[in-house]
Amino acid sequence: MSKTIRFTLNGSPVTLDSEADRTLLWVLRTDLELTGAKYGCGAGLCGSCTVVVDGEAVRSCLRSVGDVEGREVTTIEGLARNGELHPLQEAFRELGGLQCGYCAPGMIMNAYALLLRDPSPGRDEIIQGMEKNLCRCSAYTRIVEAIETASAQLGGGHE
Amino acid sequence: MSDMRPMDRREFVKLLGGGIVVVVNLGPLTLFNSRDPLDFQRGYPEDINAYLHIAEDGKVTLFSGKIEMGQGVMTSLTQMAAEDLGVSLETIHIVMGDTDTCPWDMGTFGSLTTRMFGPAVRAAAARARLVLTDLAAERLGVARAALAVEDGVVYAKADRSRRVSYGELARGQEITHTVDEEAVLRAVEEFKVMGASPERLDGYEKVTGAAKFAGDIRLPGMLYARLLRPPAHGATLTRVDTSAAEALPGVTVVNQGGLVAALAADPETAAQALGLVEAEYDVPTPSVDTESIFDHLVAAAPAPNTTEAEGDLEAGRAQCAQKFEATYYNSYVAHAPIEPHTAVAEIKEGKLTVWSSTQAPFSQQRSIAREVGFDAEDVRVITPYVGGGFGGKVSGQQAVEAAQLAKITGTPVQVAWTRAEEFFYDSFRPAAVLKVASGFDADGKIKLWDFQVYGAGSRGSDVFYDIPNRSVRVYGEWGRAPQGLHPFAVGAWRAPAANSNRFAAEQQMDIMAAAAGIDPLEFRLRNTTDERMLAVLNKMAEVYGWEAATAPRSDGRGRGLACGIDAETYVALVADVTVDSATGRVQVDRIVCVQDMGLVVNPDGARMQMEGCIAMGLGYVLGEEVRFEGGKILDSNFGTYKLARFSWMPEIETAFVSNDALPPKGGGEPAIINMGAVVANAIFDATGARVYRLPMTADRVLAAIRST
Repeated sequence: MSKTIRFTLNGSPVTLDSEADRTLLWVLRTDLELTGAKYGCGAGLCGSCTVVVDGEAVRSCLRSVGDVEGREVTTIEGLARNGELHPLQEAFRELGGLQCGYCAPGMIMNAYALLLRDPSPGRDEIIQGMEKNLCRCSAYTRIVEAIETASAQLGGGHE
Repeated sequence: MSDMRPMDRREFVKLLGGGIVVVVNLGPLTLFNSRDPLDFQRGYPEDINAYLHIAEDGKVTLFSGKIEMGQGVMTSLTQMAAEDLGVSLETIHIVMGDTDTCPWDMGTFGSLTTRMFGPAVRAAAARARLVLTDLAAERLGVARAALAVEDGVVYAKADRSRRVSYGELARGQEITHTVDEEAVLRAVEEFKVMGASPERLDGYEKVTGAAKFAGDIRLPGMLYARLLRPPAHGATLTRVDTSAAEALPGVTVVNQGGLVAALAADPETAAQALGLVEAEYDVPTPSVDTESIFDHLVAAAPAPNTTEAEGDLEAGRAQCAQKFEATYYNSYVAHAPIEPHTAVAEIKEGKLTVWSSTQAPFSQQRSIAREVGFDAEDVRVITPYVGGGFGGKVSGQQAVEAAQLAKITGTPVQVAWTRAEEFFYDSFRPAAVLKVASGFDADGKIKLWDFQVYGAGSRGSDVFYDIPNRSVRVYGEWGRAPQGLHPFAVGAWRAPAANSNRFAAEQQMDIMAAAAGIDPLEFRLRNTTDERMLAVLNKMAEVYGWEAATAPRSDGRGRGLACGIDAETYVALVADVTVDSATGRVQVDRIVCVQDMGLVVNPDGARMQMEGCIAMGLGYVLGEEVRFEGGKILDSNFGTYKLARFSWMPEIETAFVSNDALPPKGGGEPAIINMGAVVANAIFDATGARVYRLPMTADRVLAAIRST
């Protein structure tokens, strides 16, 4: 049964007619043509589909679109403001926190939520917070450095 | 395809819209070209390895049949072109892996891009600079020798106001130049762009979500396909009923020639429809599984290929003070790129275009043409960013499937494998058995090396130690293994066979060092006279701070060392580990990796590859293993198939032995080949226990500790 679903996507209101049980990842990627969030495993095991919902990192492959009704969804496409990269994006790029780049949107969004929760995480907190995101090119150590750099640059206060 | 029509050079330049084109025909590259003469019958001048186009607005385009899958060659190739052309990095746009516009290429694998393709790019750029300088000499009335180039501008050295830009020179031109490998390259000390580490050219798109991978291509009317898959390799479909799927609104069902698929405007509906397809299969009784595969590999092995034979093994045995025999095992592992195989196919006006996540667009062009019934010249393969390959995206079944479905349905089709399909159709790194007999004399000099490889292959089995009596025999090299040796497809996995061979060879070295009571570094130094190997070992000792000691120290913490040669690069590593003797759990604390890779084009890019090799390597060393029963694959997702993750990461230090006199050597694979042995040797130092089978899971390490 199709219903009208409203939520905020990257700062703008969205209204969709959709089955409520459709998966957020595919609604984003097909109906809304935001292809930044990636399919990697379909089971919440790799993190490449991670988006942020009301400040929490969410595996969009496990979340239904009905579930984000009335909420605020941020995807990788919404992170840069007015053409300015977010410090996390800048640090991932500068420090080589990516190789093939397929996991990068999920990594960055997961890190974004991590810094919202804890603006100045220690190395152990970063590793723990990122543990469930996989990078097969294995840029892990540079990703940790990128998050530390962005955290320092944000000065512990981060929006 | 015999109907490929070679294009005339003139026609070709016109197509690019004027300006200056420099094409390169690099002789030695043909060594690596396909043996299939059909590959050379191409849609444009057929003897080209690379070309550059300088447009009338001064923009430079570099066309390369290589692809970018994370290894950073988009950046390093552009750097090389910029260097020799004398322009900034930003001036150059690179087009990669498009069969319509790029020169034919065998594929992106084997750490060959920088080594083999790099010289072609540099030659093209160097020649383009000469052509432009000559045009400038004419235009400015200044002799060539009195001119210099900076940032795309040719000027008189004596009077910098007399200048003309590349764009101005290209205007109104329609010039094609062909060069061979003798074109003059810039000397190392003149480098401005090469040898530096600019930000990745693909970085911005990849951090903003703008980077397009095959699955991100959207075409009007495109349908998402899900295909019916067998439960096991070797299974045959005996009955299929698609009626329930067909009844679902918005669903197209295809059932043709063994291809059963459900298609819809969104992938979930397609998946739901596929779930309604009823299918029955005859599944053969499994004859081999995860545990019995090793005996099978030895029993079913074909006659060996002797790749090395020196001296006399019997005489060697007689010369040894101590002799050792050991058997090592390696498991099947998956490539597991986070992007599964994906393709989008569209047919328009008789021409088939396929956007594919592939390491080999040109061989896909041919296989798609053959399988789908098109002339190769009517098939265009475009390679967007590839989300990891590691050897697994050389095969292109998904692209053929998308093309077949596009032909059948008459609409654009996307085929994106699920993770389970990815694990099922992957060409795994082959399981292997390695039997090694070796021994040394009273002076700690190795006199015997008898090395037998089953199932893997020869790469990494070459003996660089000075051993007078040696034999290397390879049974069933991976690309040529007889049918039935492996229960499913196997293929190239980041440095194919080398990971298995070094795991055995470098542990065997340590076994001998420990028995001789000699420090493992000293034992290696004593047994090789290869200058490059000595240099990387010594540099490694310096960077790590190696102090001589005899293993094992058996206090739960250990260090290990291993070295090898891959893609003409020399590599040595040390690992520090902590082993929990109660659980067998291994934590790698620190890795030092030193490489001599000849001239380093992009040091930071090279370090990234070394770090990636080390980190990815920990996966196959400690966790990765594809379990199976016959043709049935038991691991279908990351819940049970254990990739390396954040908490596994050691502190990683990388260093180079400077060797600028040597042209660039491979960088994408060498650092991974020793990961098994370096960790195994450290585990031995920490516990006194030898682990002979990869992956060295906690259970296996614990069992080894308990049996020691």
